[in-house]
Amino acid sequence: MNSIQFPLLDRTAPNSVISTTLNDLSNWSRLSSLWPLLYGTSCCFIEFASLIGSRFDFDRYGLVPRSSPRQSDLILTAGTVTMKMAPSLVRLYEQMPEPKYVIAMGACTITGGMFSTDSYSTVRGVDKLIPVDVYLPGCPPKPEAVIDAITKLRKKISRELYEDRIRSQRANRCFTTNHKFHVRRSIHTGNYDQRVLYQPPSTSEIPTEIFFKYKNSVSSAELVN
Amino acid sequence: MIIDTTEIETINSFSKLESLKEVYGIIWMLVPIVTLVLGITIGVLVIVWLEREISAGIQQRIGPEYAGPLGILQALADGTKLLLKENLIPSTGDTRLFSIGPSIAVISIFLSYSVIPFGDHLVLADLSIGVFFWIAISSIAPVGLLMSGYGSNNKYSFLGGLRAAAQSISYEIPLALCVLSISLLSNSLSTVDIVEAQSKYGFWGWNLWRQPIGFIVFLISSLAECERLPFDLPEAEEELVAGYQTEYSGIKFGLFYIASYLNLLVSSLFVTVLYLGGWNLSIPYIFVPDIFGINKGGKVFGTLIGIFITLAKTYLFLFIPIATRWTLPRLRMDQLLNLGWKFLLPISLGNLLLTTSSQLLSL
Repeated sequence: MNSIQFPLLDRTAPNSVISTTLNDLSNWSRLSSLWPLLYGTSCCFIEFASLIGSRFDFDRYGLVPRSSPRQSDLILTAGTVTMKMAPSLVRLYEQMPEPKYVIAMGACTITGGMFSTDSYSTVRGVDKLIPVDVYLPGCPPKPEAVIDAITKLRKKISRELYEDRIRSQRANRCFTTNHKFHVRRSIHTGNYDQRVLYQPPSTSEIPTEIFFKYKNSVSSAELVN
Repeated sequence: MIIDTTEIETINSFSKLESLKEVYGIIWMLVPIVTLVLGITIGVLVIVWLEREISAGIQQRIGPEYAGPLGILQALADGTKLLLKENLIPSTGDTRLFSIGPSIAVISIFLSYSVIPFGDHLVLADLSIGVFFWIAISSIAPVGLLMSGYGSNNKYSFLGGLRAAAQSISYEIPLALCVLSISLLSNSLSTVDIVEAQSKYGFWGWNLWRQPIGFIVFLISSLAECERLPFDLPEAEEELVAGYQTEYSGIKFGLFYIASYLNLLVSSLFVTVLYLGGWNLSIPYIFVPDIFGINKGGKVFGTLIGIFITLAKTYLFLFIPIATRWTLPRLRMDQLLNLGWKFLLPISLGNLLLTTSSQLLSL
């Protein structure tokens, strides 16, 4: 959806009755059918899964779990996100279509939790990767707490203005590294006897301009974040 | 100039009248179509709500609660959200096929509503080949699914599309054979004639009693045609992410969502028409016109009663597919094809043979 297609939704028009009503309508529809992505990396997902069942039943709020990120509006990052999982999580988030929301579920995804002190692989807080709407503490949080987070997210969506969302989309686009593969001289030459005399491949093969350009782009993106 | 201005004016006004008449004709043609489409859309919203509440009841949940009273507006909220959501098109896929696919699926199902009689002769197009038209049109939908599966450039989508095509081709045949034996009983392919052939003995005149095997085969294969749960291999969530819908977002996914429920509604309506006596009240020895008198107002009232009876039968029947969806597990691919080709096809052929021989002997 872009602003050109739905000019009536734009709040820059003077506060007419129609524009506010349409804004409210879109907010209402969005908050009452938040389809979460079936995503879970560890123990938090057990609590999340109990919400699908009969005791805690999040279908009351109109949440239908979807397996495809293309059809989901909400991602609950249920479980520890490791460095290895991080690219996949970012990719899943970017595959979701635009009005999308994130609930950081559990201590691990807020600060790294019990892995925050001495882990070599845990991402310290999922908000380093994707923009988070609601932080939901707990290790793991109870299903009631998840329902509380969903209620808070619903409140947040109900206060949303269309214009603000467009602005935030432009500014807070999260940065993902654009991986470029450089062709290097193969080290699998078959002459393995020379291993004793092996020298580490020098970085001078990469043209220095590209290297600096790449480094600059990284630093500028960090500034944005 | 021989013709003076007044004559020209009269000719002009005459042609204007003619064009106005044509416009009115077109509008009067469009009115029933638009009414039907609106009515069907509301019917689909009702089915979505029913399904979610019934599934909640079966699983001892509550179901949609906060969107409107009893969650009635849940389907509407879902639809509005899908309409306002971003529309993503895969960059490496075939964009044209990707965009056309869902619309082909929806339009072909919408077309099959045109031969369904909702009340006494209240049908959009009373074709003499009505049921055949439905069989022919409903096999266009898998082409749309195949297109969308191929156009997504995604292995799950492609597998889902292939599965959908294979499934609906293999279950089309028992379905067509059941319909054929029904049309043998009423000597006509027109849906109106089929309903009228069942109107004689009220409840006992239903084709359900004359074709019990055909009814069961029709029920199973229509479930397979709708890709409902015992046969929902094309969108099996655990194997293929969402089947051919995987890459679809926004309103295009909404079209698929609507199409599946439209398909469910149309097959339920056809069960009503073919096996459950259509618009007739179906209580023996009671005729609707006798109770309400046969005056002008009574006729309109009778039509409304007919529509009500059709819809009541349809929605009562819908409980069976919905309850089936939330109780039965999914079949494997080989089980599905075995059931279709080795069980349903011979049984429906035998049913056709029985029907034909009984018609030959008794008549």
